[in-house]
Amino acid sequence: MALPISVPGEPIKAQMALVEPPVIDLHGLSVSFGRRQILKNLRGDLRGKAIGLLGPNGAGKTTLIHTLLGFHPATSGTAQIFGLDISDEAKQIRALIGYMPERDSFIAKMNAVHFVRLMGELSGLPPEAALERAHEALFYVGLGEARYRRLDSYSLGMKQLAKLAQAIVHGPKLIFLDEPTNGLDPPARLRMIKLIREIRDSGQAHIVLSSHLLLDVEECCDEILILRDGQIAVYCNLEEERKSNRKFLMLETRGDQEKFVEALAKLGCEYAISSANRLKIVLQEGIEVRDLYRLADQEQVQLRRLSYKRDSLEDIFLKAMENGNGGL
Amino acid sequence: MAVYEQTYKRYAGALTPEWSRFLIIPRHTLRGVFNSKLFTAFFVVCFLPLLVEAVLIYLRHNVTAVAIMNLNVRELVPVDGSFFQTFVNIQGGFAFILALLVGPPLVSRDLRNNALPLYLCRPFSRTEYVMGKMSVLLILLSAITWIPQLLLFLLQSYLEGFSWFKTNLWMVSAIFIGSAVWILLLALLSQTLSALVKWRIVASGAMLGLFLIPSVFGEFFNQVFLTRWGNLISMGALIKSVTAGLFGTFERTYATVAIRGFDDNVIREVVVTEPPLWCSWAVLFFICAVCLAILHWKVKAYEVVR
Repeated sequence: MALPISVPGEPIKAQMALVEPPVIDLHGLSVSFGRRQILKNLRGDLRGKAIGLLGPNGAGKTTLIHTLLGFHPATSGTAQIFGLDISDEAKQIRALIGYMPERDSFIAKMNAVHFVRLMGELSGLPPEAALERAHEALFYVGLGEARYRRLDSYSLGMKQLAKLAQAIVHGPKLIFLDEPTNGLDPPARLRMIKLIREIRDSGQAHIVLSSHLLLDVEECCDEILILRDGQIAVYCNLEEERKSNRKFLMLETRGDQEKFVEALAKLGCEYAISSANRLKIVLQEGIEVRDLYRLADQEQVQLRRLSYKRDSLEDIFLKAMENGNGGL
Repeated sequence: MAVYEQTYKRYAGALTPEWSRFLIIPRHTLRGVFNSKLFTAFFVVCFLPLLVEAVLIYLRHNVTAVAIMNLNVRELVPVDGSFFQTFVNIQGGFAFILALLVGPPLVSRDLRNNALPLYLCRPFSRTEYVMGKMSVLLILLSAITWIPQLLLFLLQSYLEGFSWFKTNLWMVSAIFIGSAVWILLLALLSQTLSALVKWRIVASGAMLGLFLIPSVFGEFFNQVFLTRWGNLISMGALIKSVTAGLFGTFERTYATVAIRGFDDNVIREVVVTEPPLWCSWAVLFFICAVCLAILHWKVKAYEVVR
């Protein structure tokens, strides 16, 4: 990678952010299988340390990953990974990538060390280095004691960990994880999430995590892309969202809620009625919680409970499924 | 990512050259293949005809040994083109059995275990994958065919003298090309069947059937129509013609058959001729092209359901 050009007066970190290419840059990417269009004109750039890919079944998450890996050709448009074009520089891209497939994928009649070593060698590591890193990767994911066992004797959770080990053995710069917690029991899921977060926090690799499970994405990712029917339904920078002041208040009331709601609207607050006694309010700039208490007092409404709640990923997801207007 | 550190670290060391990476597959596969003692024993057996060949060459040039064994030198098989052609054909048979044992599971196992995405998500192309899988057979079969044959040719040249070597130098290309064509055909066919069928046993059966069934039909066609054109669908006959062509022993006229009437009088004579040599080459080329097309179609990270 070329060194960033220095601009006098600008902080180095800011300059690097400007010069460094995005992790994934989508330029009107479309993919069709026969007459069926799977991905439709995807645009945008993703720069997060951990990018979550969300969407219902058939939304195109796996197809997007496969296209970025060069398994499916783009029908129109293109994409870049770290500034490298997926159609012209696929081999260079794959040298920077680790991929953990969704389905069971193994090489028959091999133990874990042999398997991960072979994968390391195929990524270009010399045999000795591949063997060393295979041991290390298996210890890292927690399969150290079982590394000489044959893969077909592994449990589902162990197989998932072995798949993660082969994806990281060559120390890639970007790791695609396709449903990494699929079929895992709660402790195994927690271990997998912990590993993903560790890799993210090491700062050595970017992660693209495709999952149905909102909680997994919420726990690991700082940027999300929600796909629906092959289109970007929502792009959201969770990190920024978390930092933003747009905080939600959850209120539980007793009394004439209608009057209270009308008063809230006059005050300029956005609200949503969840049930007969529950309200969600977005606190606007300049409005304090004590203003709400004053309003409740005026309208003879009791405030039984008041709690802050950020717009959860579930809300974002559900909203995206309803609206589907892209946010990029 | 040292074991004691237990943290994720990128690899910063040297990488192997890209051109050599397809050889990783045969290295790992052959290690697995030779783990079987039964296979290793059979592989050793494949060298027995070569041992006989070496002994025959040696006896031809060792008067003392011939005298001890009470043999007449004239009774010994002459070491010429036919001698090497015979052993090329014998080793071809062993090569077929080896290909039958090793070839079918090569791709089918990867397809059954969804291993192709693991290969192809790396800086490793589909061509390199096919080359890697093919080279398992190419290396294994070369070791029992043209490599020892050429060594024995050199032994014969050493014992007979430079003039024999000079006169018979054409045999080098005949041995090499004859064996190479057969090996390539076996490797391509077994890979193709392996890519089409996910189960090893079925793939092995299909390969055996592919060689036997057309041969039987071809021979039936030959007998019924008094021709040899049926050989064009028999792999064995095709490769025999090609090898004969390379060793200069190919003859178009196969036989003259007299057709007799009820009174045993000859009504007419039919000259049964082999198809021209170029036809055999063309059919072999066509088979190889079809195999490559099928491999191109089947060897993909994911099958797209349209």
